[in-house]
Amino acid sequence: MPVIKVKRPPLATGEKFYLGAVFKGFFITLRHAIDSMRGKTRGSADLASSGLGATMQFPEQRWDDHMPEYYRGAPALVTDEQGRERCVSCQLCEFICPPKAIKIEPGEIPSDDPWAKVEKRPKEFDIDMTRCIYCGMCEEVCPEQAIYLRKDYLITGGSRAEMIHDKKKLYEIGGVRVGLVNKWNELK
Amino acid sequence: MELLIQLAIILAKVIGLTFLVVLPLVPISVYFERRFSAIIQDRVGPNRVGIPLTLLGMKKDFHFFGLVQPMADGLKLFLKEDFTPVHVRKAFYWLAPALTVIPSLVTVCVVPFGSPIEINGREIELVIANLDVGPLFVFAVSSLAVYGITLAGWSSNSKYPFVGGVRSTAQMVSYEIALGLSIIPVLLYYGDLNLSNIVQRQADHGWLLLPFWGHDAENPFSHKLLFLIPALIAFLIFTISIFAETNRMPFDLPECETELVGGYHTEYSSMKFAMFFMGEYAAMVIGSALIVTLFLGGWSVGFGADAWISGLAIGSFKFGGLVHLGVFLAKLVAFILFFILVRWTVPRFRYDQLMRLGWVIFFEAALINVFLAALIVAAPQFTAAITITGGIVLLAVTGALIWVLRVSEPKSLPNQGLLGPN
Repeated sequence: MPVIKVKRPPLATGEKFYLGAVFKGFFITLRHAIDSMRGKTRGSADLASSGLGATMQFPEQRWDDHMPEYYRGAPALVTDEQGRERCVSCQLCEFICPPKAIKIEPGEIPSDDPWAKVEKRPKEFDIDMTRCIYCGMCEEVCPEQAIYLRKDYLITGGSRAEMIHDKKKLYEIGGVRVGLVNKWNELK
Repeated sequence: MELLIQLAIILAKVIGLTFLVVLPLVPISVYFERRFSAIIQDRVGPNRVGIPLTLLGMKKDFHFFGLVQPMADGLKLFLKEDFTPVHVRKAFYWLAPALTVIPSLVTVCVVPFGSPIEINGREIELVIANLDVGPLFVFAVSSLAVYGITLAGWSSNSKYPFVGGVRSTAQMVSYEIALGLSIIPVLLYYGDLNLSNIVQRQADHGWLLLPFWGHDAENPFSHKLLFLIPALIAFLIFTISIFAETNRMPFDLPECETELVGGYHTEYSSMKFAMFFMGEYAAMVIGSALIVTLFLGGWSVGFGADAWISGLAIGSFKFGGLVHLGVFLAKLVAFILFFILVRWTVPRFRYDQLMRLGWVIFFEAALINVFLAALIVAAPQFTAAITITGGIVLLAVTGALIWVLRVSEPKSLPNQGLLGPN
């Protein structure tokens, strides 16, 4: 039978009074209070606490040094070692993006451009950061390894328009990434 | 002229003690609530809001441990939209917040805040109305606050507030009795209902729960020590009933967030909500003032230092009362901290447990405690035989009561595991 019979433990007379447990509780809460005032909360050293509780106090203390390798921050576009935009505006990220935060306007590369064989690059590439959920699907789907989630986490803006990252801003955040796919690079 | 001065003094006392002493304690206790709960939970709590000196061109802001936070909260509540839903019963909906705040503030008037001060030979008592029915007045007025909560629950015309209001009524009814009965031993002991006299007597002859000074023939140490037993029982019942009366954890069933959204004030916003909030905290302040006054010596410092403090004077201005006022406030804040500690320690009672605690345990315990106290108070006047007989009768009654309670307890069903009713 899949039913497990649980027997409630019978309470002793002292336990039925309930007050003993309440006083024990007072000691526990008070110990936490005193510990956190003295900056000795359990784990406060690992968490780099500010000395009050286990909390890191934000503007003065940043968790940048404690950020894990796998942290997913703002998505950004990257260029390769020759300064070429890696994005070929295939629009896969635009299609996969669950909240539809990405908007790409593809553009053709003119034939006199040294990278004319790549054929396409984005004319406009907007990521609406009020929509982005930092899922990293764009990074996963990108066949050209052109879009990456960087570790920037302070994405703020005074208006909705400011929260839309355009192409210039995206390359600014992304910077250069070397040693990735280099199928377009004839020198390698 | 004399009449005008009297009136001016009364007005000054009303404004000073209510608006400058008790009302500021409300935001202060909110601040303490937030900071204390934070450090209990290993957090920081509000520590930022201060005076923004950087706006005035200074180098650093003045945080001051976030003490300005309650003011910012108040300002926020003022600026919020005061929304009245269409489905409410308007008159009562508007009346309810006022009905919760006013009783708590009215009860301030019988609390003695300090010993009398003397200016130019004119004695000014630091109590707004020196009534001879102090505790009764407090009970009579403070239980009116339940009307506010019940009306809020009913007039909101919505389910959660309604349940909150009903719970509040049931809770108030079941704890009012224990509250009233638990205090009778204390009043028997003092033989007085005037709170100022009660505190004065504690200053002279030792606090009710700390009777270690001021022994004389009328108040022998052994008698005071013996009375500690009923006093402690009364203190326990009274304190827990005050918790229930002020709707504080572990008895905050009328507004338990996890079950009833916001309880009786779910439909309220802006300053109307703030008034409920204020009423709740003001009730807490008054409740702890009452406990401090009755059991912990009120404004008295203790150890026989009160007479000396009362005599302190600069010229013809005897300011000892103000020192006592400070002592009283310190005790008050300490007790408020205890309230907060309890809130963040003890989990909420289930509704039937709450009713059971009120009706089955506290009511009986308080009743027996009354007779126990009466026996101890009356013992010096009777022969030993009568006292012992009384004690035996009391023991027998207590035993019988406990037996009845045990027999009447519902037989627990045989354990059926998860299938059975739990």
